[in-house]
Amino acid sequence: MIEFTDVHVRLGRRDVLRGVTLSLAERRVGVIGANGSGKSTLARLINGLALPSSGSVTVLGRDTRKHGARIRREVGFVFTDPDAQIVMPIVAEDVAFSLRRKGLRPEEVERRVQAVLAENGLSEHADHPAHQLSGGQKQLLALCSVLVLEPRVLVMDEPTTLLDLRHSRQFAGLLRGLPHQVVVVTHDLALLEDFDRVVVLDDGRVVADDEPGAAMRHYRKLMA
Amino acid sequence: MSGLTGAYVPGRSPLHRLGAGVKLLGLALSCTALVLMGSPPALGGAAVAVAVLYAVSGVGWAAGWAQIRPVRWFAVALFAGQALTAGLPVAVTSTLRMVLAVALAGLVTLTTRTAAMMACLERCLAPARFVGLDPFRLSLLLSLTVRSVPVVSGLATRVREAQRARGVEWSVRAFAVPLLISVLRHADTLGEALRTRGVDD
Repeated sequence: MIEFTDVHVRLGRRDVLRGVTLSLAERRVGVIGANGSGKSTLARLINGLALPSSGSVTVLGRDTRKHGARIRREVGFVFTDPDAQIVMPIVAEDVAFSLRRKGLRPEEVERRVQAVLAENGLSEHADHPAHQLSGGQKQLLALCSVLVLEPRVLVMDEPTTLLDLRHSRQFAGLLRGLPHQVVVVTHDLALLEDFDRVVVLDDGRVVADDEPGAAMRHYRKLMA
Repeated sequence: MSGLTGAYVPGRSPLHRLGAGVKLLGLALSCTALVLMGSPPALGGAAVAVAVLYAVSGVGWAAGWAQIRPVRWFAVALFAGQALTAGLPVAVTSTLRMVLAVALAGLVTLTTRTAAMMACLERCLAPARFVGLDPFRLSLLLSLTVRSVPVVSGLATRVREAQRARGVEWSVRAFAVPLLISVLRHADTLGEALRTRGVDD
């Protein structure tokens, strides 16, 4: 469960979020809105990368302000640009990097890495340099590096923005199969069609919060 | 660039199976031996030995050339400079020495995973804990440096293309400012990504 209670975020002179109150318990939640509407800030609040100027955000019962590091162990985050998230030069090494401080035996690390790469179709690239992967494969690698940590919640900030249609569809298929609670910030409305709930933000406020069809109609009207 | 960007070539050769520490120690000893070798025939023998090591490793000659390629013009300049000032034998030995050292270092990179190199570095840097330094962070710094080479190169290519599109390809400022902003933005996101992956725990 993710709870936003009267959250305000102010960056410099700009109010990025203005009094957002939400309880997100559904398995798949989408967040849409115009550029600058506060979507990415909302996503970053969920794992404590950003903190509210006032109000509170609690994730799995913990306040992000007090338990940021602990929450980040439970909440995986996938960024728009996978290049910014890949730390190690080789694919398997990058996934293994996430497990470095878990105190696992090398064989267990190897087992988990190979399992997550196999589940996401990257096994044959395990020993390849990460910078030689295609954009879609890099995004899958970024996802693998998060999934290997077995988070309870996944937050994704525009994960398909840099992907072509085929890779976007592949990514959407993967999302469908994930058992985690997933919060996706996106402009890709097709990605959210079978989601449980979609929140529409405009100028830092929640202006619609509904099932995908109704929320997207509201969004389209807003953008017209 | 490939020599800096995680050039590891998977394999099961004896060189691949050797520990990173052993390979780095071997590299240090070999480079010392190269410095001590004074005659072209001795260095010729060393060149044969390096070629044999590449053959045994199975990484392929193209991968080997990719390690040496970035220093080819430096080697030419070194050879020419030495030939003019110190004579042909010295030019041959100096140039061969430098090229062989680079080839050997490249062979270590080609047959060693970055993670193994980092683990070795962390072990070597363990005493740094006593002066308050974290060996993990130091080895992470090395890894991020290696990983950042293709990323920054990609950003530079993008900026260069944008410059061409706008017809300001000779402007240093039009290149440097957006590149600097892109690199800082990348560094910012990378920092956040490291936090999300538990580096600040």
